[in-house]
Amino acid sequence: MHKNLKLIIWLTVGILGIFALSTIALNRGESINALWLITAAICIYAIAYRFYAAWIAAKVLVTDETRATPAERLDNGRDFIPTNKWVVFGHHFAAIAGPGPLVGPTLAAQFGYLPGTLWILIGAVLGGAVQDMVTLFFSTRRDGRSLGQMARDEIGVIGGTAALVGTFLIMIILIAVLGLVVVNAMKHSPWATSTVAATIPIAMIIGFYMRTIRPGRVLEASAIGVALLLFSVVAGGWINHHETLRVYFDYDGLPLAFAIIAYGFAAAVLPVWLLLAPRDYLSTYMKLGTICLLAVAIFILRPNIHMPAITQFVDGTGPIFGGKLFPFVFITIACGAISGFHALIASGTTPKLLANERDIRMIGYGAMLLESFVAIMAMIAATVLEPGVFFAINSPAGVVGKEAIDAVAKINSWGFAVTVEQMNQLAKDMGESSLFARTGGAPSLAVGMASIFGSAFGKNLLALWYHFAIMFEAIFILTTLDAGTRVGRFMLQDMLGNFNKKLGETSYMPSVIFTSAIVVAGWGYFLYIGVIDPNGGVNILWPLFGIANQMLAAIALCVATGILVKNGKLKYAWITALPLTWLVVVTTTAAWQKIFSADIRIGFFAAANDLSAKLAAGLIPADKALIAPKLIFNQQLDAYLTLFFVAVLWIVIADMLWVCAKHLGGKSVLPTSETAHVMTSLNDEWVRD
Amino acid sequence: MMLNKLKNAWQNIRQLSGDDAYERYLAHHNEFHADKNDAEPPLSREAFFKEWQTSKWKGVKRCC
Repeated sequence: MHKNLKLIIWLTVGILGIFALSTIALNRGESINALWLITAAICIYAIAYRFYAAWIAAKVLVTDETRATPAERLDNGRDFIPTNKWVVFGHHFAAIAGPGPLVGPTLAAQFGYLPGTLWILIGAVLGGAVQDMVTLFFSTRRDGRSLGQMARDEIGVIGGTAALVGTFLIMIILIAVLGLVVVNAMKHSPWATSTVAATIPIAMIIGFYMRTIRPGRVLEASAIGVALLLFSVVAGGWINHHETLRVYFDYDGLPLAFAIIAYGFAAAVLPVWLLLAPRDYLSTYMKLGTICLLAVAIFILRPNIHMPAITQFVDGTGPIFGGKLFPFVFITIACGAISGFHALIASGTTPKLLANERDIRMIGYGAMLLESFVAIMAMIAATVLEPGVFFAINSPAGVVGKEAIDAVAKINSWGFAVTVEQMNQLAKDMGESSLFARTGGAPSLAVGMASIFGSAFGKNLLALWYHFAIMFEAIFILTTLDAGTRVGRFMLQDMLGNFNKKLGETSYMPSVIFTSAIVVAGWGYFLYIGVIDPNGGVNILWPLFGIANQMLAAIALCVATGILVKNGKLKYAWITALPLTWLVVVTTTAAWQKIFSADIRIGFFAAANDLSAKLAAGLIPADKALIAPKLIFNQQLDAYLTLFFVAVLWIVIADMLWVCAKHLGGKSVLPTSETAHVMTSLNDEWVRD
Repeated sequence: MMLNKLKNAWQNIRQLSGDDAYERYLAHHNEFHADKNDAEPPLSREAFFKEWQTSKWKGVKRCC
């Protein structure tokens, strides 16, 4: 293409991006069209990908297309396989995009649409996408080693151990909070509960089909499974309208939590082919399909956003979670902006498929941009709701009151219009008995999605769309739950294997049961506390998860920065050092406030002390006094856990800085673990079309 | 032309889902292992699929 023409196109993209961004940032009117958010996002992604990511690949990492990748050198036809770049992209995206980018932005919408949107955009292009891309690159240069191994090889034992322990703890917190999201979506909803329950036998049928009836015919089996899933959504509606059947699926939060805990244990002990593998296929198709559908619906409908740009809750008094805009918006939205968990996929799994280093930008940076876009769509789906409705669905009973009338009065007092009739009508439209206090993000996102889908594809199916959205979220939350419990179990077995050989064997049944039980008990405890907590549990668990996830991101960026400095690229080290510094500031501030704040909605110790004092003074009604000691213990435990996360983070940073200082001072450090250059002999036409 | 593109896309979908994993394994086996004297016969479709599925779920495969 002519050079000037290219320049003109990119200038146009730039101007359009700036215009869209200033429109969403400066708008203070009644509402704004969602298309502005989409336009701003696409322009920013395009510019960042074309210029920043290309510059990093060419100048900082110096990707080398003549160099054979691990997939080529170690090709074994199984896990190391040179693979078409679009296929690798698909695998990588399906692996990194979980429920996180859907839940986080929905919760952060309590601050208004603007802060979350800006952080999703800026965090992704300068932080998350860079982290994923450099981790993928460094792991590719090291035979596809995992983040933990790279940390050990390049920084030292401390960094490696920290990465391992951090991953394990994140997993526990993540599963608990996701379990809580599902419980809040299913409680007293026979439709949602029966649909989610039906996904288990459906997965098993598909598992049998792929295993014994038609071995390895994955696509066939998946097509049958998706059809069954869609049918289960419709069948859930029949059950809901059936007077006797619906009673069997109408439960309180606590029994549902125990059911999920039992399910999690069964899923971790059962062989993968029966439950986990088939469920994963189904959830992946559902996920990709629904995300595409949502994008299409937003383009067709171009809905208006009703949430204000910024709400009064930036002062820290928000109903969904306490805490000021800084630092809590950056903790609440982890996935979608920057997520440390991605570094585990970008190292270890994806590099073993990569056919050429040229594609690192597209797969590492590009897939993260797409996930960020998913987060933007979740933000849109949450903010197209009337703010009053949004807060009515998401505010826990402990904040706004148990009765609908009290909740509505409280929300009205914040200046957001909503009525009891309006909420009842909405619940009726969605086929639910009530939508109040369904904290966690899934139900409000489902209402948002249902209203977008309903307006775009037909309004009479609202209840069906709502339960489709709930099923879609539940199925991949449960996949994360299965997969996470299993990974936790492997890690634990790995650690215990150092003390007792037998316990380390992944096929030794007593050890499998023992370690699975420990992992399930770990997240089951937090899930249980979250369910009995009148303030919704999400208020406690989600910030904890955010801090843990950002800590893992900081560890990944530490490893990357250390490697850059050791490779003599000190002047470029800011590409990872900059997001690292920001994350350290954010995580440390958030952790400090969670531990020491005197505000009982933020500080763990403050909340524990307040509750103890009230309990001692006899101010707590008898039924709540029973659970109060558990809540007090949990708040204290959470405080120590947060302290532990920050301590780990600072130890890794100190370790990295020490290694860098030694290297720059000319002293010897651990040698680079990069493998030597081998000329590629792949004819790469077929992998690049 | 159009047909080729569709075929290509279908190939990618099959590969993405693992539908053709066994065919790929056979091709790899024939290319690298079959001509050796002490070569073991390739796994059956069923046996291969069992092994493939187990190894696929050994590490961190899904994220938040």
